[in-house]
Amino acid sequence: MSRAAPRDEGDAALAIELRGISKSFGPVQANRDISIEVRRGTIHGIIGENGAGKSTLMSILYGFYRADAGEILIGGRRTEIPDSQAAIDAGIGMVFQHFKLVENFTVLENVILGAEDGRLLKPSLAKARRLLKQLADDYEMDVDPEAVIEELGVGQQQRVEILKALYREADILILDEPTGVLTPAEADHLFRILRGLRDEGKTIILITHKLREIMEITDSVSVMRRGEMTATVPTAETSPEELAELMVGRKVLLRVDKAPARPGDVVLEVRDLRVVDEQKVERLRGIDLTIRAGEILGIAGVSGNGQSELLEVLGGYANGTGSIRMNGQEIDLTGTASDARTRRARGIAHVPEDRQREGLVMDYRAWENVAFGYHSDPRFSSGLFMDHAAMRADCDDKMRRFDVRPPDPTLAAKNFSGGNQQKIVLAREIERNPDLLLIGQPTRGVDIGAIEFIHEQIVALRDQGKAILLVSVELDEIMALSDRIAVMFDGRIMGERLPGETDQRELGLLMAGMAGAAA
Amino acid sequence: MNDALPKWADIALIPLLNLTLALIVSGLVVGFIGEDPFEVLSLLIEGAVGSADGWSYTLYYATNFIFTGLGVAVAFHARLFNIGGEGQAMLGGLGVALALLYVPWPHWSLALLAAMTGAALFGAAWAAIPAWLQARRGSHIVITTIMFNFIASALMVYLLSRVLLVPGAGGSPETARFAAATNLPAIGDLYALMGWGCVERPIASVCRAPLNIAFLLALLAGFAVWALLWRTRLGYEIRAFGHSEPAALYAGISPTKIIMVAMLISGGLCGLMAINAVMGEAERLVIDPVQGAGFVGIAVALMGRSHPIGICLAALLFGMLYQGGGYVEFDIPAISREMILVIQALVILFTGALDNMVRAPMEALFLNRRRPEPALPTSATRSDGDPKERKVEP
Repeated sequence: MSRAAPRDEGDAALAIELRGISKSFGPVQANRDISIEVRRGTIHGIIGENGAGKSTLMSILYGFYRADAGEILIGGRRTEIPDSQAAIDAGIGMVFQHFKLVENFTVLENVILGAEDGRLLKPSLAKARRLLKQLADDYEMDVDPEAVIEELGVGQQQRVEILKALYREADILILDEPTGVLTPAEADHLFRILRGLRDEGKTIILITHKLREIMEITDSVSVMRRGEMTATVPTAETSPEELAELMVGRKVLLRVDKAPARPGDVVLEVRDLRVVDEQKVERLRGIDLTIRAGEILGIAGVSGNGQSELLEVLGGYANGTGSIRMNGQEIDLTGTASDARTRRARGIAHVPEDRQREGLVMDYRAWENVAFGYHSDPRFSSGLFMDHAAMRADCDDKMRRFDVRPPDPTLAAKNFSGGNQQKIVLAREIERNPDLLLIGQPTRGVDIGAIEFIHEQIVALRDQGKAILLVSVELDEIMALSDRIAVMFDGRIMGERLPGETDQRELGLLMAGMAGAAA
Repeated sequence: MNDALPKWADIALIPLLNLTLALIVSGLVVGFIGEDPFEVLSLLIEGAVGSADGWSYTLYYATNFIFTGLGVAVAFHARLFNIGGEGQAMLGGLGVALALLYVPWPHWSLALLAAMTGAALFGAAWAAIPAWLQARRGSHIVITTIMFNFIASALMVYLLSRVLLVPGAGGSPETARFAAATNLPAIGDLYALMGWGCVERPIASVCRAPLNIAFLLALLAGFAVWALLWRTRLGYEIRAFGHSEPAALYAGISPTKIIMVAMLISGGLCGLMAINAVMGEAERLVIDPVQGAGFVGIAVALMGRSHPIGICLAALLFGMLYQGGGYVEFDIPAISREMILVIQALVILFTGALDNMVRAPMEALFLNRRRPEPALPTSATRSDGDPKERKVEP
């Protein structure tokens, strides 16, 4: 490496060495005395629950934050990284979870943005075009340089982010949860690219919460828990079970125990459901589905293929056309009788995909949130006034039975961790004894310990004879919980499979819209 | 409600710091024109609260600002920025005048009920049109309420110079005086009743002070707004909608209903200001009965953190500025009406618009002080403790 140290302060075979990094935000210690060594030419995984401090650590490495203590060595040489330009100069490239691309620029324009060689764009563009062609040949990274970003799929947009980093001559590539938006096939493609880059001598740091990806692609893995680095091990010498235990601090059941479903009467029947959004784009293009009492229908799919709209229209706050029958009775899809309140009255409970935007009022205290959506119930309000004592008592009760921590009803919702926020929403929706539970991304941003609990609650509700519509982008979760799996692509249901009779590959093809290939 | 600051710092320390900054800058301005800032300040305080006379005028102004501040605050809780308090209060004045001019009320209490109904209805009606345009057409309420202030102003000129003008009143655009039976009990009546004497001073006398029973109504309205927002189901829905519209939709709360209801209440409260200014003080409808109180209400609501107690305190402060300002103007001619406006504007600027300038460093200070405490793992911030994710109060 050209930037190799003249003064040998560390081992030059290490691409990155962090020594005793600490960082706190007020009372929250996000990183505590973290040391890590990443060898050049390896793929190193960093795994940990939400809030474990992974992103903070990478933000320090990329110059977004300054560490309170500790030092960073790049290629064996002590390096100060006060801002992201310094990180780029040190050969670090970052691919964020949410892409930072200019939507109406072309691929080429995005690649050179901020790294133009001079005031005239033409020479930079020509150089980028040459490089892109070469990279496309070397690593299967074929992206049309002239394509406009907004016309590309997410997998290709991600490749543009990688190309941007490579164009800036990154030797170290950090990827933050890169597979969250990808189909299994796209994820495989990404992994092939990453292996190719590693074999060229690049160093790759992969941040993820998916144990399977760690096992599949990394050479070594570090586990973070509550701001501390609990272990760094060669991947070949560990197992998913051991990693899960290191992440959570106790033994975790990675599989869901459930008996076969015993479906009863049809609870929900949807026919030719269509939704057109405000930009006049048809988001749902004729959905048909049926859910019986006592079964879980899982909807698989890459996010953005109409799952959110399906939940919203069933939940009563998006307009649609078609027919929805609940327990054999038609539900109004338009007019004043079509809102979330009337849906709840018909026995539909809803744990929304985005609990922080929809499911909770983040500034409301926990006890105010346990009545949210049910605040007109006689239990919580008499006449004009709310019954605060009843709401607090109800919150105490729910917090105890759903093990919400800390069990403090006066804390605002925003002060609970993701898992505990989800428990509050779930407690509120399940406790109302609905006939149908809509549940979107039940474990997104939820720690492994709470995932187990939430999955148990969903299965228990099914066993009480309730119908459940589960939407998740985590294929593992869909496979583990569902009694039937429907795959959505581009506003349509591509096919339905039984979890025992299908596999990730087949579902992945359906998720990519290839119905024929999967048949 | 902000976690970074203890409650006392949020509701007391920050406004005081803002106020201090505003006074320092005002002092500099006063210094620039060659006057002694400390003399001006002490005169201002003396004029505002140095005597029963001063107090009674200060509280009279504060009454106006409590009504408009409460009005703006109710809309704030639904995340609606009602700039139209001025126009709504003018229309409230029209409502008062119509209720009092044409019915021979036997007693002021009956007249008060009728005038309150008129004031609230007219104020609410003036807010209803921008509210409907926002809820149904998406026209931004800031723009429409501002424009409705101009329309209200033009309407008042037209009505007072063409329709409600008293024949032979000498051309001054105002209505006839309301009947004496409708005059509200004022502070002077209390003095007379108790047999207290009052001193006649050049610009203020408690016996002629306009402070009247509407002050008590304003305090009652403050309590009612508190109960509405924090005790009723409607208040729960209004605040939920204000915090997050997607969450409100998810919970089955109708945005149209909340926008309409919150703006009607807001306009009604602004309209009630006319009870104090039109029925209590002028005892007739004049061309501009509001005199900027609708705009001051915005500053009052901001400074009072949209809470009735804060609003009452902020209204008191602005009442002092109004009354004390007049006093200073009388004593030091160099400090003109415009200078007083500059000082008031600086207070508004620092307490409202520049609030975050003080807030951000204070939050950092308090966070650093609390650092030694062990972090609760369960209360760790989401998404890996990224502070950018933390919500900031609007």
